[in-house]
Amino acid sequence: MAFSTPAVKLGDHLRPAIASVISLTLLTGCIFPLVLFALGRLLYPGQAAGSLITRNGVAIGSRLIGQDFTRPEYFHPRPSAAGTGYDGTSSGGTNLGPSNPKLIEDVRQLAEDYRRRNGLPPDASVPIDAATRSGSGLDPHISVANAALQVPRVARARGVSEDAVRRLLAEHTEGRQLGFMGSPRVAVLDLNLALDQAAPSTAR
Amino acid sequence: MRWLEYIVFLALVVGLARPVGLYLARVFERKPTFLDPALRPIESLLYRLWGVRSDQEMSAGVYTLCFLLFSAVGTAGLFLLLLAQRWLPGGPADRYLTTPMTPDLAANTAISFSTTTTWQAYGGETTLRYLAQLFGLVSQNFLAGAAGLAVGIAFIRGFARERSATVGNFWVDLVRALLWVLLPLTLVGSLILIGQGVPLNLAPYTEVHTLEGGVQTIARGPVAALEFIKNLGTNGGGFFNANGAHPYENPTPLVNFLGLLAIAVLPASLTITFGHIAGRPRAGWVLLAVMVVLFVGGLAVCDFAEAAPPRLSDLHVSGANMEGKEVRFGIGGSVLAAVVTSNGATGSYNSMLDSYQPAGVLVPLVNMLLGEVVFGGLGTGLQSMIMIALIAAFLGGLMIGRTPEYLGKKITAAEARLTVLYALLTPKVVLALTAVGLATNAGRAGLATNSGTRGFTEVLFAYASCMANNGQSMAGLSANSVFYNATTAAAMLVGRFGLAALALALAGRFAAQRRSPTTAGRCPAIPPRSEPWSSGRSCWWGLCVSCPPWRWARSRRRCGTEMGNWRLQIAD
Repeated sequence: MAFSTPAVKLGDHLRPAIASVISLTLLTGCIFPLVLFALGRLLYPGQAAGSLITRNGVAIGSRLIGQDFTRPEYFHPRPSAAGTGYDGTSSGGTNLGPSNPKLIEDVRQLAEDYRRRNGLPPDASVPIDAATRSGSGLDPHISVANAALQVPRVARARGVSEDAVRRLLAEHTEGRQLGFMGSPRVAVLDLNLALDQAAPSTAR
Repeated sequence: MRWLEYIVFLALVVGLARPVGLYLARVFERKPTFLDPALRPIESLLYRLWGVRSDQEMSAGVYTLCFLLFSAVGTAGLFLLLLAQRWLPGGPADRYLTTPMTPDLAANTAISFSTTTTWQAYGGETTLRYLAQLFGLVSQNFLAGAAGLAVGIAFIRGFARERSATVGNFWVDLVRALLWVLLPLTLVGSLILIGQGVPLNLAPYTEVHTLEGGVQTIARGPVAALEFIKNLGTNGGGFFNANGAHPYENPTPLVNFLGLLAIAVLPASLTITFGHIAGRPRAGWVLLAVMVVLFVGGLAVCDFAEAAPPRLSDLHVSGANMEGKEVRFGIGGSVLAAVVTSNGATGSYNSMLDSYQPAGVLVPLVNMLLGEVVFGGLGTGLQSMIMIALIAAFLGGLMIGRTPEYLGKKITAAEARLTVLYALLTPKVVLALTAVGLATNAGRAGLATNSGTRGFTEVLFAYASCMANNGQSMAGLSANSVFYNATTAAAMLVGRFGLAALALALAGRFAAQRRSPTTAGRCPAIPPRSEPWSSGRSCWWGLCVSCPPWRWARSRRRCGTEMGNWRLQIAD
């Protein structure tokens, strides 16, 4: 039967065990990343470096990593639980459970802040992404409804028409990828950069 | 729209099962494939280096021994590397590495990655240097994944062989899993990921000057080297703390979708490989069908829970539960990830399960407690699914008073004992450790974020995840303490090696058996009319052994009806 094979010597199998771990670690932990590294540098240098955006030679952010905005002339991102907010070295969510009173209180507070900043009446409905924190704390996107509610504030702060801002917003709204994956969204940093270019702020 | 994403996903998994499954069968039967010209020389070089005779097969016992030795050496190496990481050059400046790599954390992490659990009691960007991630974690993602696949293949051979003393050669299966399956797929997949925005560099964390005049430090690194294999090898440990939620790890819905496919396709295809190698293709399809039914059930419940307006709507907040979720994935991409990763022994969640609705988090928990039988871990998923089929066949056989069989292999008392041990190991370990966790101060000290029922679920979830070698967590639990590092490591070890040893012992017994021909007087079980039996039984079994009160709820009358159904099925 299966276990009756005689004379199993531990030493016979120890050599392949040690040799295999060493050689396969070299293959998968060293050679493989190097090959990938070379191909990545060659084919997608920008993405491999982290999709950084530079303006006038200075890196001003990453296309993929959310950035905090609080001034009225910019679109605001979602609230963040990464460090003290959008800390790129400390990703994470709140992990507050739905039954946790702290979550209810936080969301009430965040929704109130959102209404106050955007001049909405106290019982106005707030898009949920504007009052909840993402899983990474670095979510670069907001929902389309959230962005639309911020348009009047941004237009007023920049002294431009709401229609002009809305046009920019429409240009920077992404649909579902390949038509069915994920959900429609607005990349906040991209949109704000486009705003600075199209309608330089007068408020500063 | 959400359902379109789910349907396309499921269609791709089922559609790819046959071609991929037949390819896997060719690889492990050592038949020619189109990759041979490139890989054969490397293969024979490795055997020469290791002093392995590739034509020599092993008994189940020796196979288990080699698997254990390989894992032990890998664990020890990773442990030493993690302890020594402070002397590794490059990567983030010391001030960002705020979590010290203590011996207990290093041991927990080493065990975690060499068992494909990849439970992480640390946050990547605040703990690890780049070279530790590459040499240590990326390599173990490959190695442990390949070893799991090898064990799964040996288990399959048990059903394919007759009067055989051996189940294959571990080193050959390991090398073939790595060279013919994991490496080529990972190379292609990783390149697509880089194109979508997953970074791959060795540069230190970078400072950017934000539009409002502030400074933001952004952690980066060789993320793309880990990203695809973490899913393909059903490991799941992230490069950053937020794992699949982090925009660098999972920048677009497409990357998310591909990652989930990488988790599910190989394990799902193994059902077809199984049917093919065992010479019963239909049995493979039946197993896959059972998986699909269970998958859809879990997905429907989780989707219903998360898409419904949460309690927060009392606060004039509109939309589904987005706490802990990313806008780019939305509810659909998040729920699909929660269900696929919890079924697939992969911890790469893309939304924070601790902030899920109660029914939403119940689905991943049940998936793991069932033993991750829906697609499941690479190699281990099929193993667990067949175990449940064996139990179903055994109970059925008892009820009609005949020797139960599965694919012509007799399930005698000895085989039944191994099978039942396999099924009971998970609930026993998980429940015992959860009890210890909740009864001790050291365990309760981990409940730093939530308390009450949610705190209880966090502890249960942690041990279920480690025992199932899944690795995802309800991250509100502060798990980096000596207590949790030790107890979760124990669960991971039993979950990996205890279950594999039982499965291989069973494979050895089946391989040694003669295959009995199917005749009218026998109870051949499974295909195809008893499929609902297997599906229902697997849910029922998992729940019964995990929740003691439910066992009492099983009335004798219900057993009677089930027996009646069974008889009917056998009769027609």
